[in-house]
Amino acid sequence: MSLLEIRNLDAFYGDFQALFGFDFDLEEHETVAAIGANGAGKTTLLRAITGMVAATSEVLSYRGESIQSREAADIVALGVAMVPEGRRLFPSLSVEENLVIGGYSGRPGRWSLERVYELFPALRNRRSVPGTALSGGEQQMTAIGRALMSNPDLILFDELSLGLAPVVVKEIYEVLPVIKAEGTAMVVVEQDINRALEVADRVYCLQEGRLALTGAPGDLTRDRISAAYFGT
Amino acid sequence: MIEWVNSIVQGVLTGGLYALFAAGLAIIFGVMRLVNIAHGDLIVLAAFVAMVTIETTGVDPFVSMVAVLPFMFFFGYVLQRGILNYTLGDDLLPPLLVTFGISIVIQNLLLEIFSADSQRLKAGPIEVSSVELVEGIELGTLPLIVFVIAVALIFALQIGFSRTRLGRAFRATSDDPSTARLMGINQKHIFGLAMAVSLVLVAIAGIFIGIRTNFDPALGPTRLLFAFEAVIIGGLGSMWGTLAGGVILGVAQNIGAKIDPGWQFLAGHIAFLVILVLRPNGLFPRTRDD
Repeated sequence: MSLLEIRNLDAFYGDFQALFGFDFDLEEHETVAAIGANGAGKTTLLRAITGMVAATSEVLSYRGESIQSREAADIVALGVAMVPEGRRLFPSLSVEENLVIGGYSGRPGRWSLERVYELFPALRNRRSVPGTALSGGEQQMTAIGRALMSNPDLILFDELSLGLAPVVVKEIYEVLPVIKAEGTAMVVVEQDINRALEVADRVYCLQEGRLALTGAPGDLTRDRISAAYFGT
Repeated sequence: MIEWVNSIVQGVLTGGLYALFAAGLAIIFGVMRLVNIAHGDLIVLAAFVAMVTIETTGVDPFVSMVAVLPFMFFFGYVLQRGILNYTLGDDLLPPLLVTFGISIVIQNLLLEIFSADSQRLKAGPIEVSSVELVEGIELGTLPLIVFVIAVALIFALQIGFSRTRLGRAFRATSDDPSTARLMGINQKHIFGLAMAVSLVLVAIAGIFIGIRTNFDPALGPTRLLFAFEAVIIGGLGSMWGTLAGGVILGVAQNIGAKIDPGWQFLAGHIAFLVILVLRPNGLFPRTRDD
């Protein structure tokens, strides 16, 4: 049984359809990259999984349990966390409060405030400042730590590298293997193809809301990925 | 001179009651951006619920809180989950219209059941007793109790917002409702709890207003106005700002009444307008980076 199984997913923003009959599978402990140009439907895919956008499907299940039309809060309680695009830290909460609220669902597990500080030591000394007073990289660390605090079995990363300096992106991506080693499955939405292919066991390339290409990074040539990415 | 000082002191005490009116309104607007037009009528409703409780059980108005506060908590939660949650969205107009409708319904129901007669909650000698601060300045026991309770409640709310799990959920939802859902926060439940907490404050305010003054089904809109003014003067930034807003409004009204009894409410409105012109975001606005 797949950890996450999606069949024939359509997603909508009002009258605008963003995903068309999309199929997706994710196994336990697997890392999958979803790549594609702006507007390809990558973020919509994550939002559909977390119940944040109107969607219909034949199957949308997590560990065999349907999450179609479930409240986002219920889906988080099942073990799905998301690191949203732009970090979206809460401005009126301190760094530590931002982390603590990530554990709101009370899901038991191995991640704690102390372990997050061990993973991101830079946050420890900044724990009392508002989350939005941090640098972009520190904000991304806080957003990842916040997701870990819910002790998820699956984390959805939306545009991890967006707006960050290359040295910071490298630092952030070095953390993903640590998270993977805990047995956490990951979906990494990324426009930086090279970064995505480095960490992924499989890749899904989206184009205008449809699946254009899928496979293991080693099985796909750069030309095929580029053709699927740009639609050429 | 001492008479002017007395007016200010009495205004500060009145401000405690206004802060109680305003605190519930501030919570609701802060957490879910809902402008509750029925807020004043809910205060009056609470006073009538207390009146019925007192008449049927024979208890003191203060003791009636034991029944009225949980009732209003439950009523607030059901009102939010059953009606108001369905009006919330990107458009501010639907909740505005629905709470306006609720305001009309409450007023007319109260009118139908209790008539337009003025009512009063009788609390005994405490209504008229006072303590002398200095010669020429006497503090009414009841206004003093109301002020102390208002300060204590606002302190408790401030602590609750900053240090509890529910308080963090309120603040996160206020900051970014969409991302708060991704934290596992059930927005509908949180909104229900926010309204429930608001109506507990409303119940306390309603009982105190019932002891301090006469009330009738038509009193709600003016209480709403005072609550709005206190919240906006305070600046929607903190609960202490709401207390400051209530105190400024109370002091302005008392100074106005000292100049001319007919100027009491006008002076409060003028103070509100002056602060709105000088500090459009109020005295203690919340600073946000987004």
